Amino acid sequence: MTATRPDRATPTGEAREVPGLVESRGFNFWYGPKQALKEISLTIRPRSVTALIGPSGCGKSTFLRSLNRLNDIIPETRHTGSIRVGGEDIYAPRVDVVNLRQRVGMVFQRWNPFPRSIFDNVAYGPRLNGRPSRADLDAIVESALRRTALWDEVKDRLRQSALSLSGGQQQRLCIARALANRPEVLLLDEPCSALDPIATQKIEELLFQLKSELTIVIVTHNLQQAARVSDETAFFFLGEVIEHDVTARIFTSPKVGRTEDYITGRFG
Amino acid sequence: MTVRAVSPRSLRRRRALNLVMSGLMGLAAVLATLPLILLLGHLLREGASSIDLAFFTRMPKPVGESGGGMANAIVGTLILVGIAGAIGLPVGIGAGLYLAEQRRARLATGVRFLSDVLNGLPSIVMGIFAWHFLVRPVGHFSALAGGVALGAMMIPLVTRATEEMVLTVPTSLREAALALGYPRWRTSVSIVLRTALPGIVTAALVAVARIAGETAPLLFTAFGNHYWSVALDQPIASLPHQIYTYAKSPYDDWHRLAWAAALVLIGLVLAISLVARFVTRSRHGGVGD
Ligand SMILES: Nc1ncnc2c1ncn2[C@@H]1O[C@H](COP(=O)(O)OP(=O)(O)O)[C@@H](O)[C@H]1O
Ligand SMILES: [Mg+2]
Repeated sequence: MTATRPDRATPTGEAREVPGLVESRGFNFWYGPKQALKEISLTIRPRSVTALIGPSGCGKSTFLRSLNRLNDIIPETRHTGSIRVGGEDIYAPRVDVVNLRQRVGMVFQRWNPFPRSIFDNVAYGPRLNGRPSRADLDAIVESALRRTALWDEVKDRLRQSALSLSGGQQQRLCIARALANRPEVLLLDEPCSALDPIATQKIEELLFQLKSELTIVIVTHNLQQAARVSDETAFFFLGEVIEHDVTARIFTSPKVGRTEDYITGRFG
Repeated sequence: MTVRAVSPRSLRRRRALNLVMSGLMGLAAVLATLPLILLLGHLLREGASSIDLAFFTRMPKPVGESGGGMANAIVGTLILVGIAGAIGLPVGIGAGLYLAEQRRARLATGVRFLSDVLNGLPSIVMGIFAWHFLVRPVGHFSALAGGVALGAMMIPLVTRATEEMVLTVPTSLREAALALGYPRWRTSVSIVLRTALPGIVTAALVAVARIAGETAPLLFTAFGNHYWSVALDQPIASLPHQIYTYAKSPYDDWHRLAWAAALVLIGLVLAISLVARFVTRSRHGGVGD
């Protein structure tokens, strides 16, 4: 379990209640004795795409999973510092993790639809909140599938197994499943790394559409992808954020040498 | 990598050895199924002629009168298995889910160890256990005591099988559910258990098939009954027990009925196994990654 130390949580400045605003302040994270994140202070603007780049094992996934507290399920982890989502300190003792995870959706590297029907996959989230009426559920599912450009491809086979879809469709289904919860933040951990270029392009187009409504944080190893889809980029290295700036600037005139080495392919 | 040349002689030797070993393993495979085939053949020869409608619908006849059936024992076995399932399945599935989801909890380690011990326990010990708690205090045998003895046998079987099945559910599905906001227990039930369900059903059926033919735990619990009885607090007939009684009797008629009952019992177990096979197959057809 994660230990919160209110005395150490040091929010700087006022809590701003802006939906979709993500603010990490002096956030440290440990797996047992191993420190995976060091003093992460990062502000992620609402309704924008922020790319997290950096070599493998430098804490990008750990940071992403700290934003919806998915790391809570890993035993013997702990953290210090604070993370706010929409102004709320998500590690505060009173926070309802269920509610947090509905506000902060997540899409994984390996698409993981439930072995159920296409419809049921999208309906899983909404069904958690009481019992929506059939009509409401139909509407939510259709809207989520439309927003992921899947509706026309699957509307005639909503009852079929989600596993009958192609990899790219399954990944978009996973995005639709997350969107059905109406999150204010969407986290994606290398969502395209196992997809072909056409499926990848579809997802990138989607992100472009979606960012008008929510905050998107995407981990990617594909630097071209980061350059294409993101407004801001944060470069992670050995558990630290080395540089965070507007994407164009990171890719054209990075201030730190290591960032430049990474994006020019000199290491990583 | 360089491939070292092999001399023709050692190549020939290797091939010969390969042939001999494959032959031996094939033979072992045949030997392994031989008892079942011989048994089935023998049962068919001795018992098939006594199986007719009356066997399923009639009560046993008194000694000396020929004919009659085993309606009471068939229904009795179904009732006993029903009670056993009502106890063994929920407890076993719940415990198995717990073991898989809380792998490292100290309680889990203890329960896992005890389950293995119970799995190895002679079934007659289960009978004594049920007798001690459910027969001795009330002073007479009962269907309930027999069902409890069988149910207690089922629990560790179902527990360990469920644990195994639940562990095959990929972590990625758990994480998907948690990331949607599902609390842990709901993730366990509505995602993990549900995904593992076909495998658990198979395991449950195998466990049922396994206990349906048990005789020892029934000897001093359900006991047996020559008359029609479906009361849970009274002794009840069962196929295994009826086979046991009839087989050791001196009457040819009863021997024939015992053979027939054995055939029906084996048929029941085979049928359950076939259903289990079918469920397993459909699992790999429809679901899985
Ligand atoms: N569950 C875990 N238990 C222990 N260490 C972990 C775990 N997950 C990740 N780590 C370690 O934390 C560091 C950061 O990992 P991660 O966040 O997955 O990096 P990235 O996503 O940037 O590749 C790595 O050194 C990794 O070995
Ligand atoms: Mg990662």
